[in-house]
Amino acid sequence: MTTKVLTNDTRFLEFSHLTKSYPGKTPAAAPAVIVENFDLAVKKGEFVSLIGHSGCGKSTVLSIAAGLLEPTEGGVLVDGREIPGPGTDRGVVFQTPALLPWMTAFGNVLLGVEQAKPEASAKEREQIVERYLTAVGLGDSMFKKPAELSSGMRQRVGIARAFALDPKVLLLDEPFGMLDSLTRFELQQVLIDTWAANQKTALMVTHDVDEALFLSDRIAMMTSGPNARLGGVMTVPFARPRDRAAVLEHPDYYTYRERLIAFLEDQAHPKAAA
Amino acid sequence: MAFLELKNVSKGFATSSGSTAVLEDINLTVERGEFVAVVGYSGAGKTTLINLMAGLVAPDRGTITIDGKPITGPGADRGVVFQNYSLLPWMTALENVYLAVDQTFATWSPAEKRAHAEKYLAMVNLSAARDKKPSELSGGMRQRVSVARALAMEPQVLLLDEPFGALDALTRAVLQDELARIWEQDHRTVVLITNDVDEGILLADRIVPLSVGPGATLGPEVAVAIDRPRDRKAMNHHAGFKTVRNRVIEYLLGPGRDRGRPRPPQATLVAAESAAANDTAPARAAVTA
Repeated sequence: MTTKVLTNDTRFLEFSHLTKSYPGKTPAAAPAVIVENFDLAVKKGEFVSLIGHSGCGKSTVLSIAAGLLEPTEGGVLVDGREIPGPGTDRGVVFQTPALLPWMTAFGNVLLGVEQAKPEASAKEREQIVERYLTAVGLGDSMFKKPAELSSGMRQRVGIARAFALDPKVLLLDEPFGMLDSLTRFELQQVLIDTWAANQKTALMVTHDVDEALFLSDRIAMMTSGPNARLGGVMTVPFARPRDRAAVLEHPDYYTYRERLIAFLEDQAHPKAAA
Repeated sequence: MAFLELKNVSKGFATSSGSTAVLEDINLTVERGEFVAVVGYSGAGKTTLINLMAGLVAPDRGTITIDGKPITGPGADRGVVFQNYSLLPWMTALENVYLAVDQTFATWSPAEKRAHAEKYLAMVNLSAARDKKPSELSGGMRQRVSVARALAMEPQVLLLDEPFGALDALTRAVLQDELARIWEQDHRTVVLITNDVDEGILLADRIVPLSVGPGATLGPEVAVAIDRPRDRKAMNHHAGFKTVRNRVIEYLLGPGRDRGRPRPPQATLVAAESAAANDTAPARAAVTA
């Protein structure tokens, strides 16, 4: 059902009593509950990060928001409507950008734009692709194929593709997890600049404390699964537009950082064995 | 005199259009018992630097000496831990370590060699898995075998090439803590190569940033004056932590990034980056320009 129930910019992306479980191995066994009663409301234009350890269920939450998984109970609303499945109103950036290898960077982004904007003229679509590829710093590499691009450049294409869809909501699943920590810093800047120019409502899953602090307005902390829940929400007060040096020099930066690390360490202890 | 010393070392590789300098004018001194971390980007030439110190490749120019003697090839005085573990798949954990012990201490009896290998597997908390083959071990456990193997050779220098780069964040933290604990016991000379600034701060006495290549070179080093054992949570309110971390990051995102980098496409970015290269507060200039 997709009837618009309410328009409220303070709950533009909303998770309501979201629960995801899988049946036990035998009919008698208890179901495996991955995420339980997850509630979160994201304001229009807000950037929220979901932080937690690998395997805690944060990607499950994001996949449900993307429409790639069905919740067992509860649901996700975007702009007051329950999401009916995957759709171009939500742009997703995955950990690996999932580019089609036989298409150029330009072709990959154009493919998404054709789906999202069937009414636009071919010229308009091409202008959109060019604008976003230039915005992520790939103006000179638009006609290269993924194999000719570094992993950082490929993820730039992934970011350009998600923004070029002009979605209502941007969903990012550990977008820089495959990159080394320094290349990650660069791409975070690309992401925040593109985001600032477009003011998309964004939800990002990460386990990187610095990444969450640099990008987010709020950080939602998830407990470790099974039965993962929301463990707390931190508001990040750094002024925007943000630049790395100023954020790192903020007198409270390392206080916030320590609080997030403390939360993650508390969550890690039951399963710290490597 | 420094224990491990690289003097004006340069290394390049031939390409179809001539040759590309990977490392240029590398000067690094490591004292005996010191833990030094070289922090740099993927592809900057970090592995080339380790290979030079390991004696796996020879420099084009400059000299590398250990204890005053030039390095002429690989040797058991240097133990290397690679990111991809490099274990022999048909051997158990114990046999992998034993092989190194057998090479290094050839005159020992088999019982002595075995006891020695077992001691180092115990040090990395792997006694229970000593008869398992690499395919039966997790990534973290494989890397423990690799660390045990390098330590068991009792090398004068331990060379660690992104040892925890392939592990998930939780396992990485556990292994970092173990390495810190083991290092506390014997203060071996260590050179750690990593792209993770925090890993360097947690483990090292000194951090040396490596700029982007081609022609990568070492930037201004930063001493880590934080008492050991270090706690990754509590360090956040240590006065020196913020200074060290921000200095390394600012170099790597500022002057260290601009060196040798192909010009980005848009005119605005080019302007911002060249402004950054000349500015005293480069990281800030680059993003606000």
